[in-house]
Order: sequence, then C-alpha cells, then structure tokens
Amino acid sequence: MNEKTIAAISTAQGEGGIGVIRISGEKALEIADRIFKNINNKKITEMKGYTAAFGKICHNGEEIDEAVALVFRAPHSYTGEDVVELSCHGGIYLTKQVLRAALSAGAYPAQAGEFTKRAFLNGKIDLTEAESLIDLISAKSKSAARAALFVKDGALRKKIDGVKNDLLSLVSHLSAWADYPEEDIAEVTDDMISDTCKNSVTALEKLLASYDSGQAVKQGIDTVIAGKPNVGKSTLMNLLSGCEKSIVTDIPGTTRDIVEDTVLVGDVILRLSDTAGLRETEDAVEKIGVDRARKRLTQCGLLLAVFDNSRELDEEDKALLESAKDVPSIAIINKTDLEQKLDISYISDNISKIVYISAVNGEGHEELVKAVEEIAGTANLNPSEGILSNERQRLAVSNALNSIKEAENALSMGMTFDAVTVSLEDAISELLELTGEKTSDEVIDRVFHNFCVGK
Amino acid sequence: MTTYFAGNYDVAVIGAGHAGIEAALASARLGCKTAIFTINMDAVGNCPCNPSIGGTAKGHLVREIDALGGEMGKTADECFLQSRMLNRGKGPAVHSLRAQIDRRKYSDTMKHKLELQENLELRQAEITDIQKSENGYILTTRMLAVYECKAVIIATGTYLGGRIFVGEVSYESGPDGIFPATELGKSLKNLGLPLRRFKTGTPARVLKSSIDFSELEVQKGDEPPQPFSYETENLGENKVDCHISWTNDDTKQVILENIHRSPLYAGRIEGVGPRYCPSFEDKIMRFKDKPRHQLFIEPCGLGTEEMYLQGMSSSLPEEVQLKFYRTIKGLEHCVIMRPAYAIEYDCVDPLAMNATLEFKDFPNLYGAGQFNGSSGYEEAAAQGLVAGINAALKVLGREQIIFTRDNSYIGTLVDDLVTKGANEPYRMMTSRSEYRLVLRQDNADERLTPLGYEIGLISEERYNKFLRKQEQKKAEIKRLKSTVIAPTEEVNNILVSRETSEITTGVRLIDLLKRPQLGYEELKTVDTDRPDLDPNIFEQVEIEIKYEGYIQKQLKQVEQMRKLETKLLPKDFDYREIKGLRLEAQEKLNKIKPLNIGQASRISGVSPADISVLLIWLAQNK
Repeated sequence: MNEKTIAAISTAQGEGGIGVIRISGEKALEIADRIFKNINNKKITEMKGYTAAFGKICHNGEEIDEAVALVFRAPHSYTGEDVVELSCHGGIYLTKQVLRAALSAGAYPAQAGEFTKRAFLNGKIDLTEAESLIDLISAKSKSAARAALFVKDGALRKKIDGVKNDLLSLVSHLSAWADYPEEDIAEVTDDMISDTCKNSVTALEKLLASYDSGQAVKQGIDTVIAGKPNVGKSTLMNLLSGCEKSIVTDIPGTTRDIVEDTVLVGDVILRLSDTAGLRETEDAVEKIGVDRARKRLTQCGLLLAVFDNSRELDEEDKALLESAKDVPSIAIINKTDLEQKLDISYISDNISKIVYISAVNGEGHEELVKAVEEIAGTANLNPSEGILSNERQRLAVSNALNSIKEAENALSMGMTFDAVTVSLEDAISELLELTGEKTSDEVIDRVFHNFCVGK
Repeated sequence: MTTYFAGNYDVAVIGAGHAGIEAALASARLGCKTAIFTINMDAVGNCPCNPSIGGTAKGHLVREIDALGGEMGKTADECFLQSRMLNRGKGPAVHSLRAQIDRRKYSDTMKHKLELQENLELRQAEITDIQKSENGYILTTRMLAVYECKAVIIATGTYLGGRIFVGEVSYESGPDGIFPATELGKSLKNLGLPLRRFKTGTPARVLKSSIDFSELEVQKGDEPPQPFSYETENLGENKVDCHISWTNDDTKQVILENIHRSPLYAGRIEGVGPRYCPSFEDKIMRFKDKPRHQLFIEPCGLGTEEMYLQGMSSSLPEEVQLKFYRTIKGLEHCVIMRPAYAIEYDCVDPLAMNATLEFKDFPNLYGAGQFNGSSGYEEAAAQGLVAGINAALKVLGREQIIFTRDNSYIGTLVDDLVTKGANEPYRMMTSRSEYRLVLRQDNADERLTPLGYEIGLISEERYNKFLRKQEQKKAEIKRLKSTVIAPTEEVNNILVSRETSEITTGVRLIDLLKRPQLGYEELKTVDTDRPDLDPNIFEQVEIEIKYEGYIQKQLKQVEQMRKLETKLLPKDFDYREIKGLRLEAQEKLNKIKPLNIGQASRISGVSPADISVLLIWLAQNK
C-alpha cells in the first residue's frame, strides 16, 4: 500500500546512551544492507524476522558507528511492513549521520507519526490506539504523555467499558424480557432502568468534566499576564522561567503576536502572553493596543493579574480586577518584601486565588504551581483514571450522555420500554464508536481526515 | 435398476414443510412450472413441534410473509384455535401475534392449497440423488424417476439424515415417525455442499383426559382475536383455552438423578442444539438455582385429545419422561401418547449462500428453512418465500430480490444467516433487529406489499385495496391535525383519570394522542367525528404519532447503514491481496464475499480496523 520506504530516528533526540534509526517499507532490508556491514558478512536481506546482527554503519566508504541491526519481516513488525532497526551509539550527531546514510541509500524521511499511520493502515493497531499514539507523539508535557499512554493502555477504555457493560446488560435484560414473554424472566422495572441511567450519567459527566483539564494538560492554557507598568511582570516571568521548559514551543494553527514563552508549571502547560496596560487613553494607537489587550483578557484561559504590594490600588488595578471576574484568574502580589500598602481584601473580593511572590527572596514558586494546577483542574486529575483527550472522544461521550438523558426522559413521560431502548441503544452505539468497536461513516471520515490517504 | 424420465420443471422444491410450501407456491404463482416433493403425502405442512404459529418476532415474520403474498398467515387464520398478542404493554415494537392452530387441519389445508395451485405439482417421492446438468439439475427419486429442473430449492428440514434420540434408544428417522431422507445427504456432499449436524427436540404429547385441569391457571385468547393476514376479514372466536403449570423440586430431582441417561450429556449427540429452545434437562443443568419452570399445556386440535407440553422438550428415556412429567401439578396421572425426542439432522453452512439464498458456487441451487441452519416454522416459511421468489425470478430472467435489514425481519434473518452464519439453530428474536420501531408487525403491509406487487405475488385487487388504506390513513392523520378538542369538563375528566395533565385551551387531537397515557380508545367519547376505518389504520396512526421521535431516530440509523451499504465491494476478488487485513478477516471475507462495506462490517471476525483498511483500499482503488 505504501511504496516509499521511510526512515527516522525513533529515540528521543539528545544525549542518550543509544540511538535507534528505524527503516520501514518494502525496501527496508535492501536499504539497510547498503549501509550496514554485518560482522559475519551475512546480508540483512537473507536474515529471518526477529533476528539481530552486529556490524558497522558505513556511508560513502566511511565507517560511522558500530550498530546492532534488528530485522522484522512483514507482517510481524510494528508497522506491518519489513522493518530494520539500527541501534547505534546515541547522540544527536551520530544518529543523524546514520539517518543521513539511510536516506541517501534510498529511504525517505518519515513524517511525524508516519510509522503509526502505517501501522494503522496495515491493520496492526485500531483507530483509538493510533489516535492515542498520535497524541503521545505530539504530547507536550509528561502529564500529557502519561495521559495518552493511559488511553492506549486502556484507562479510558476501562471507564467507558464499565458504562457500556451496564447499559448492555440492561438492554439485554429488556430484550430477553420482550423476546421471551412466557419464560418467566424477571420483569424489568422503571427503577432498574432509571438506576442504571443515573449511574451512567454520573460516570459520563465526570468524564466530560475531565475533558477541559485534559485539554489543559495536552494543549496548554492561553495565559495572559497583566498589570500596570513596573508592577513586576518580569519578576513573574523569571519565576515561571525557572519552571521546566516545555519541549515544544510553537503551536501549529494558532497565531499569537506576542507569545512570550511556553512554560510548564507543574503538570500544566501555560502559553504565556504579555499585554499592554489597561489604562484609559486618548491616544488612538495606544487605544487599539488597549482594546486588543481587553479582548485577549476576555478570551484567555487563565489570567495572571499582577499587583504591587507596596503601592495602593489605583484605577488601572481596579479595571484589571473588573476583567478578572469573567476569566479564571490568579492574583499575583509582588514585592512582599516591601511594606504593604495594597488593599488585599479588595483584591480577594474579586479574585479568590492569591499568590505572594518576591523577587528578592524568590518566594512563591510552589504556591504559584499549586494555584495553577488547581485552576487547571489538574491538581485532582489523575491521568491513570482515564481522561478524554480529543474532540471526537468528547463528542461521543456527550452524545451518549444525551441519549441516556433522553431515555430517562422517555421513561418519566411514561413511554413504553421499546422507545426507551432506542435511546439506550444509541448511547451504547456511541460508546462502541468511541472505543473503536464499531465502524460508522463518521469514524471513517475521520480516518481520511487524520491520515492523509486516498485519492 | 433402470431409471425413467419423469418430466421437466422450471423449479423443483425438495421438501413440503413450511419452507417448501412457500417456495413452491411463490414459484408457481410467478409462472414457473414447479414440482414439490415430499417423502410422505400426509406430512405436508406438518407441525412436528408446537401446535402454534407466530410468537415474538415470529409473528412479525408471518405478517411479512402475508404482506408479500405468502400463505402461512392465511392458513394459520383458517386453522386458528386461539390467538394472543404477546407483549402488550411492552411497546409496539415488540408486540407479536401468536395463534394456537389445529395441527391436522393446518396440514390438510396446506396440502389442498398445493394441490389446487396452478403450475404446481405435488409428488410423494424421496429425492435420493442430485446432479448438476447443463441446464440446471437432475433429480432422481427412490422409485427411479428422473426429473430435469432449471432450478432446485432444498428444504429438507429435519429429514436429511434424520436420527431420533430417546435416552439410550436411537434410530434413523424423520420427525413424527416418518422416514428420513437417507441418500440425499451423500449426494449433496458429493456435489460439494458444506454440511454439518444440528439437533432439535420436542416435548411429549399427553392424553387430555389424563390431565387434571382443575387447579391449573387458564390462559385465554384475546377478545377479539386478531388475524395474521391482512386479507382475513372474519377470524371468528377463540375456540380453546391453554393452561399453565409449573415444575418443582421433585421434577428437578428426577432430572438430576437421570441426567446421565440423556444422550446429549452422555455425548451420543454430536449435533449442535439451540440455546434458545433448550430441552428441559438443559434448563435444569444450566440454571440450577431456578426453583421452578413454567410450562404451557396446549391442545393440538379440535379433532384430537393430544395435548402439547410447551417448555418440556426432552431426550431422556421414555420412562424418565413419564416420571418427571408426573411430578408436575395437573400431570400427576398423565398418559404419554407420543414421547418427547431429540432429532439430529444434516444442514448446510449458510455462509455458502448469497442473500438471495442461492448457493454462491452452485448457480440455480437454493436452500431454505432448517436446512439453512434456522429453527422454527416461521423462519422456514420466510426463507422458503425468499428462495421461491428468487429461483423463479432467475429462471424467468428477471432480477433477483434481496430483502434488507431495514425493510423486514425477513431481510434481517437472511442477512444474519448468510453474513454471520449459524453456529446453532437460528431463531428469530426482536432483538436481532436494530430497527425494531420501524419493522413493526402492524406496518408489514406498508413495508412490503408494494414490493410483493412489484414481484407479482400481490394481485391488482389487493394492491388497490392497500392503496386505498394508505389514502385513508393519510386522511386520518390530516383529520387529527385539524381537529381541535375544547377544554370541556368531559375531556378533562378523561385526562385526569388517565393521570395526565388537564387542558385549559383547545388542543389538537394529534397532540393529545402524543401523550403516552392516551390512545384512540381513551378518546373515543370526545372524538365524535371519528370515521369508521380498518382498526389496523388506527393502530398504525397512533403508533406513528406517539413514537414519531423514536422512529425518526431509527430511520436516521437506517440512513447511516445505507451509506455503508452503498460502498460496494468487488464480487470476484481475493482479499489476501490486501496486506493490511488480518488473516482471519481475509479468510472470512473470501468465504462470505460481502456485497458492500455494510455487510462486511457485520461479519464476525472482521474488526472495525479491518473495515477501515477496506475503506482506504476502496478509496485508493477507485
């Protein structure tokens, strides 16, 4: 199905002990033969699947490194194609040299996620697995990676299965009761149905609630730092910069004119942007800047409002507090080493989360992390419980939830059970699609959307 | 031994049970010169198990057969003894009609209908050999008559290689002591059909005068009883009662003490039996905690004293049967007239067939009924109709018909058989259909009569009657939309008594009917301008109004499935060429050769991931 043979470095790029270059495709064995000299002269094309050889990587007559070649033969490999994995000594330079050798020997550079795509297209993994692997590949924080792993390994699956099995056993009881009216099967009661519905609703609502937190983990939160000049925004920046830097800094598809940085605060990715001040102004140009800042304030996912402990609240501070009412906010009180002139109670009337920081003694880092995690909902988020990680999953759960509510509604209206069953079956079918146990046109459309295949 | 040439036929049907009858009638009525062969002329349309037609989902099948111009519903109506609509109160999707019938009368009536049918010849003959010929097939009978037929429908029921088991006793036999078909199986195997063994069973018949009915619960028919056929105008009254009794600890004890004498548990039966219709000892062994089981005592006819014990099928020795029946209240002194037995028989793997019920590798050879791995009279008749219609259409050079999951239970039954196969005798159930609220027993005519007309099994007269009914239905819905009911005391009294909210302004009739608590019946005193219509029209209208939202929901699902079914798969293609498919999927797809992605997605062993692969492959090879 895929004519091109592809290659890529499949270990993390950096100073590792070992680097692996994976080659996959019809010509993988041939290409590997061109650059790998087996110590006992046996050709890779002559090797069986699941065998290894020790040798040297040569390119343009030059020895690059020693390496172990692992041979997988189609369909018994990760991608379902012929695969050779060359394990060489780690380090960016060496692994890149080996990759370059593979590319000049006829391989094409693999796109991000292409091995997974091929695995999917060759039927080695199903769509949900592929999806979570794609999530894993593009995960921007440890927590995101962990959450993605748990989807793949079935934490979400287990949760969905729980609800699905409850609904299935109810529906099968309803079927048996209808199909065997003379077999003295326990009557299905309104209570049985409404109990199951209630439990399912609770479980699914909890999952849905986890979605936004999941997004915070995965995508990061648009965060605005605001405050009047000299209030200490740079102090805050420095404090945040002390946090672990996230791996990826540019987010495709988003345009932000003043992204300062993307930082990882605890488990949460913050995509920081600074704003112009919020003071009233007559200046036309400045007014545009202020308007834009206001707009960004209303749209952001998190506002870090910075105040100066040593100065009294002024109109600009109050305007900022006014904006903070509508978005998740943390008040940052800077310069706690100086004498307090700030009316803290006025602030706490508007923003419930307050963190005190000081540039001088470096206070406040831990408190800040805690506050951010609480706001993002990740403080109580345990990725191992399974979270919804993309829009498709969210939609499926939300549809299932609506169907169950419809069933509850039909029941309370006094509709007969066959009508109730229609809605319950709809819910089951949504959940089956989520777990990839059922195919529908929509799922398939998404295959074509996610994996550029076809015409 | 010398054979003799006995005739040419367009279509020959082997077997004159419920499948064979519908097949032969359909073929003859479509203008094909048809022959139907039975081993015993007195076994035409025999009901060797329960003396009843219909039941859950089976009632739907009978209605559908009737809507298409088949015979089962009409004959059941003519022979009916008692009729009940099952599942009233559980919703219109699962309403199912069942009728107790006079077993001998049913058989005689069907035989007579075959005899009178133009283009059809009924012959007592055991077919012992089938050979492929240039223009179809050559059949040879036990008496060495040779028939040349363009198309053949196999509907051998439990006769093919039939073997009876009663405890340690076992012998070759068809049902009810009739000869089995002993030679044909070999011939079919030689031809290359994939045969396997299934088993089924039946309870004993006991003498009416030996039963003490005084303490038993009586089960009466509906008043008034409803007919199966859209053409039956006067069904008459219920003629008999049924009775209900229960097994007890003693019954269980007898079974447990003697279970080693069951041929099934002793391993003498190799055939696979139906989970859905287990023998009584099966029920005891599988549900040991259940203290008691229900049984129904049903009369076999007006001219006989034989009583059928529904739920008490068994293959235990006759003496054990007598012992455990006699532990049951009312049966303490029962006399067994016919013992219960299990019967094992040859049937075919239905995966070898197309949805037309024609064998993929044997053009013009069709199968129907228990031979295809199903169980039940109604399932058999439904397939007989499908096979009969398609064999005739093929011989006539017309396009064959595939019934679909969204137009009928018949289509669901056939699709299940030829797509999923049958690992045990297949019984129809409402839960087999994903479109239950659309495929109701009340609207079978709306779904299928136009198709029956198109095929040629519905007369001009009946079709016009149907069209008139549809007009009346439309007019009635219009009337409900335009009639406003004023908030009078009388109306509100009804509403309060039905526990639904009162009205304060005028409300359209249609909106009142939408309330689950109200129906035509409740509103009859305030709906003064109601026209005098066929009760079936009121039934359909009320259901459609009340369940509109849910019906729409299912129609949407139908649309989704249709989308997948428009993605056609090639007929002659080796799925091993698609590397991405798992081995099991390749094998199943090669065996079943689904017509489209929708059918492929229903094959067990083909996963959604395989379907994705198929779709990608389809898109790439457009």
